[in-house]
Amino acid sequence: MSRPPTYLEGLQRALHSHFENEPKAVILGEDIVDPYGGAFKVTKGLSSSFPDRVFSMPICESSITGMGIGLALRGFKPVVELMFGDFSTLAADQLVNHAAKFPAMYGQGVSLPLVVRTPMGGGRGYGPTHSQSLEKMFLGIPNLSVVSPSLAHDTEKVLTNALNREEPTLFIESKTLYPLPIYKGNKEVSIESLAHKDGYPIAIARNYSPDQKPDLLIIAYGGASLPVLETLEHYKEEEIHCIAAFPANLSSPPLEELATLGALARRIVIADEGHETFSWYSELSHSLQQILFGQLEAPIQHASATCELIPSNFEQETEVILSKAKIEAAATKALEW
Amino acid sequence: MTGESEVFFAKALLIRSFEKELLRRYGLGQFKGTVHTCIGQEACAVGVMAGIDLSKDVVFSAHRAHGHMIAYGCPLDKLAAEVMGKPSGLCSGAGGTQHLHWKNFYTNGIQGGMAPSALGAALAEKLNNSGAIVTIFIGDGTMGQGTVYEAFNISSTLRLPILFVLENNHIAQTTPTNETHASSFCQRAAGFGIDSRSIDGNAPETVAQTVGELAKQIRISNQPAFLELDTTRLGPHSKGDDTRSRQELEEIAKRDPIPRLEKLLPEDQVSQIQESVRTQIESAFEQLN
Repeated sequence: MSRPPTYLEGLQRALHSHFENEPKAVILGEDIVDPYGGAFKVTKGLSSSFPDRVFSMPICESSITGMGIGLALRGFKPVVELMFGDFSTLAADQLVNHAAKFPAMYGQGVSLPLVVRTPMGGGRGYGPTHSQSLEKMFLGIPNLSVVSPSLAHDTEKVLTNALNREEPTLFIESKTLYPLPIYKGNKEVSIESLAHKDGYPIAIARNYSPDQKPDLLIIAYGGASLPVLETLEHYKEEEIHCIAAFPANLSSPPLEELATLGALARRIVIADEGHETFSWYSELSHSLQQILFGQLEAPIQHASATCELIPSNFEQETEVILSKAKIEAAATKALEW
Repeated sequence: MTGESEVFFAKALLIRSFEKELLRRYGLGQFKGTVHTCIGQEACAVGVMAGIDLSKDVVFSAHRAHGHMIAYGCPLDKLAAEVMGKPSGLCSGAGGTQHLHWKNFYTNGIQGGMAPSALGAALAEKLNNSGAIVTIFIGDGTMGQGTVYEAFNISSTLRLPILFVLENNHIAQTTPTNETHASSFCQRAAGFGIDSRSIDGNAPETVAQTVGELAKQIRISNQPAFLELDTTRLGPHSKGDDTRSRQELEEIAKRDPIPRLEKLLPEDQVSQIQESVRTQIESAFEQLN
């Protein structure tokens, strides 16, 4: 049996297929051409296969993103790579005031098929400006989709869906997940995929048999899926029945499906890698309380990075960023409420 | 020669009258928000549009774009309705004065923000081998934004078919440009290896001729060019925010392109054009009464 592709390989395949099938596909980014193939190798091989459509750009995230916008306005299907998610602040004006505005503002069926990909997250000792999870800055912007596959997703399918939806999309990848094989399940945890009308599937992980009921629902996305899956494996030993849901669409999360699972488990933890307060978990928690008021055994708990700078020092960084320990602490609170 | 001047005069007067009518209606409270007029700068719009290929070239502009759009050929009634925020406008009233789109023409309200989009559009035309070029209008105020210099660098490096048109009216909202900028704009663009020129923007014949030459050169070479148009903003930035002295305004009014064009034409022709412009403006705004 062949091993499953890694998170990274799925993304590479999606880009190669996009370029094979779509003559108007182009990609712009820093250091993305071979032999280097990008800082995290997502574009590896692309410039060798499609030399005329892969553009190595100077260091200017604003213009790289804006060029993607201009190309998309004029009929191309561009992909933009921002080397580190932390640099998305430099592209913020282009994403917020240009990409997200044009289709609705020009009001004449103008479409903007642009996918801006970037890796977020810590855990690699890169320090304060190369380790953040800043996607929450781009949530709640009208007409800007923010998407991120978890380790339990087929990353090729999620990126392909983003490319096919032909809307301005900020596609968040995870630095820590890149080298890992897609999580297909094992004897402790089973994985299934729940389809959704926007084409972004919800990955479901479960550490108990389907005829049993869950004690706890954990909701997370992207890089946070790794410590959540580890938690599920650990809880298998503890005989705590836990279901995890990983939506891929962050800006428009599948509330109905999540609420159904939440009503079943009656205890919910939301985990994300962003700094705590004013976060994805807080908005999602608010939305779910609206639906599930009165049906839960405990207030929705959360786990995230503390609201501090992310230090380079490995031990200090571990204290700040999201971890299995933080998720389990939140889970204990929900379970013991 | 009369033929060309006649067209320039007619278009410049149309833009001037259109914007004066907008200001009049704004004053009457017929619409809210803001309105940025190009009174005094009409020759830039008219000259540039005469020098490019309107059937295929792509144009980007910013907050002061009514003149550019009219010279480009945009229907006056749709533009008037848009600026006045009506659902019958170009962009269904969502855009207003500074967020406009018609055919291959795009504007937005962020200073310098369109430079990267213009680069992308230029790359699109180059990849399509369409022979079309991109023209982007920027102002002297925009020259404070980093994206403009990113655009100079990228257009020169990637050999993109783009013409940067800088309308230098020497004032950014209320701040005189010489108080915030230290060096020649032309030299800045030239520093990126871009063919850069500076001419009188209030003489549409010269503007049209120079833009025609540059456009031809860009189409052949796929190399960017930069053109600074020295011009005059005779009105306020938007409505009542002009802090310049009467003396200063009187001085720059001497460069008003419209009386200059008028003098080139026989009186009866001038009257004919004035009458035609009046009719066009009435008909454009009729739906908005």
